[in-house]
Amino acid sequence: MRHEIRFSGFGGQGIILSAVIIGRAAVMYDSKYAVQTQVYGPEARGGASMSAVIIDDEPILFPKVTMPDIYVIMSQEGFEKYGASAPEGAVMILDSTLVHSRPACTFIEVPATQEAREKLGRDIVANIVMLGALVAATHVVSETAIEKAILDSVPKGTEKLNLSAMSRGFELIKERGTSS
Amino acid sequence: MQGNIACAEGALAAGCRFFGGYPITPSTEIAEHMAVKLPKLSGTFIQMEDEIASMASIIGASWTGKRAMTATSGPGFSLMMENIGFAVMTETPCVVVNIQRGGPSTGQPTMAAAGDMMQCRFGSHGDYSVIALCPSSVQEMYELTVKAFNLADRFRVPVFLMADEIIGHMRERIIVPDTVEHHERKSLQPGVLPFHPDDDQVPGFPEFGKGFGVHVTGLTHDERGYPCATNPKLHEQLVMRLYNKVEQARKEIADYEVTNPDAELVFVTYGSPARSVEQVLHDTPGKKIGHLRLKMVWPFPEHAIREFHDAARFIIPELNLGQIAREFDRHTSVPVVSVPKLGGELHLPSELKKLIGVNE
Repeated sequence: MRHEIRFSGFGGQGIILSAVIIGRAAVMYDSKYAVQTQVYGPEARGGASMSAVIIDDEPILFPKVTMPDIYVIMSQEGFEKYGASAPEGAVMILDSTLVHSRPACTFIEVPATQEAREKLGRDIVANIVMLGALVAATHVVSETAIEKAILDSVPKGTEKLNLSAMSRGFELIKERGTSS
Repeated sequence: MQGNIACAEGALAAGCRFFGGYPITPSTEIAEHMAVKLPKLSGTFIQMEDEIASMASIIGASWTGKRAMTATSGPGFSLMMENIGFAVMTETPCVVVNIQRGGPSTGQPTMAAAGDMMQCRFGSHGDYSVIALCPSSVQEMYELTVKAFNLADRFRVPVFLMADEIIGHMRERIIVPDTVEHHERKSLQPGVLPFHPDDDQVPGFPEFGKGFGVHVTGLTHDERGYPCATNPKLHEQLVMRLYNKVEQARKEIADYEVTNPDAELVFVTYGSPARSVEQVLHDTPGKKIGHLRLKMVWPFPEHAIREFHDAARFIIPELNLGQIAREFDRHTSVPVVSVPKLGGELHLPSELKKLIGVNE
């Protein structure tokens, strides 16, 4: 089963790291194939950022995402640039704290930035809340795999905070189901 | 693992213990990784003031017997040209990685291209021959970097790893081998003149600090290494040897993959467009399509063309205006179709399918 996931937000949110973590989870802990690529320009923090991951049971030949079936969108500009054109069959997980528009496809609202700020005390882990929600909603990788990949990827001393963020993401999906 | 990191890891596994460079997008991760890893292996990382000096530093390091490399992209590669010629003339083994981006000039720092394929072959002045390898996966970033060091030591030439931004920056699964092949640089035997070639046209290497007294010059030199720049016959002999030591081995060292050799329609690729073509072949199992994938572009493996005995058309997608398509065309009477693509994005499988009359 091939999944093409597109992540977008603004530079500094950890959009590229999110893609790296999910790819790592697939390859290292679920024994699948994954390719991660990104679009980035000279701009750093603040500009629209996009990264993409393909996860497949078979080796991946063409490495670029052309028809995403899953979107993870964390900013309004990111939505306009990379999410607005999502095809009807896709699923979009969006950070409802920062994204005001809604797509034509199935979408799941996750107030990740608000949750990160109010429940966890740090905006910076909003992307990990989104990763938790992504995995709980779509099962592109297993929950154990994403946990291990997060632990591999975050700075020492922040493991507990990041795992709480991941669990909060799981909970937000399980509390509400995949409606809307 | 990221392609650039795989390149650095391959270099370390191959025994590279000197990196001299100047960071430039999209190759920077190679320098960063070497800066972290080399000191722990008693190696040397040095950030030089520019790419001219970077190239000079690896030439110096190589003469002490170290395996040495640098990594850059288009603008830095242009600056390196002068000392690449010096490495050729002085027969200094070294590895130069070029993670190609859009040019000319500073162009597109964060987008892929393959516009330097002719520059790596002919960019420095004078006649010579070099070796250029083109990876199309993260796995090959590792494997071909190892290979580059072995070839550099064997032929005493600069060897180029000509990758691009897509392969350098993408992350994918890689299997790191426990051990890698290692061919020692051949040493100069006592009593033999330092530039006296053996039967393979390559002289033994007089490593600095091992008791040899050698003059190393970019001027035309005799077998002692002394300048002798007005003797026409000597100059011709030297340049022909520098050229032939690589060119006479082109068949033996050629590295390419052949798929469906009896196909009439044949794609030819190197670097990342190989991935687009592999997708096309995968998606059209009913159609017999050939694929010649070059992992080594220079010296050009012209005999590989003959493997496709029924070929009626060669299609060559490249991230430039057809640099290798033109070279290819020189070696065959079969029609060659160049499919250039500029701008930094890879050929889509759908574009290539349309070209060969497959509708999705």
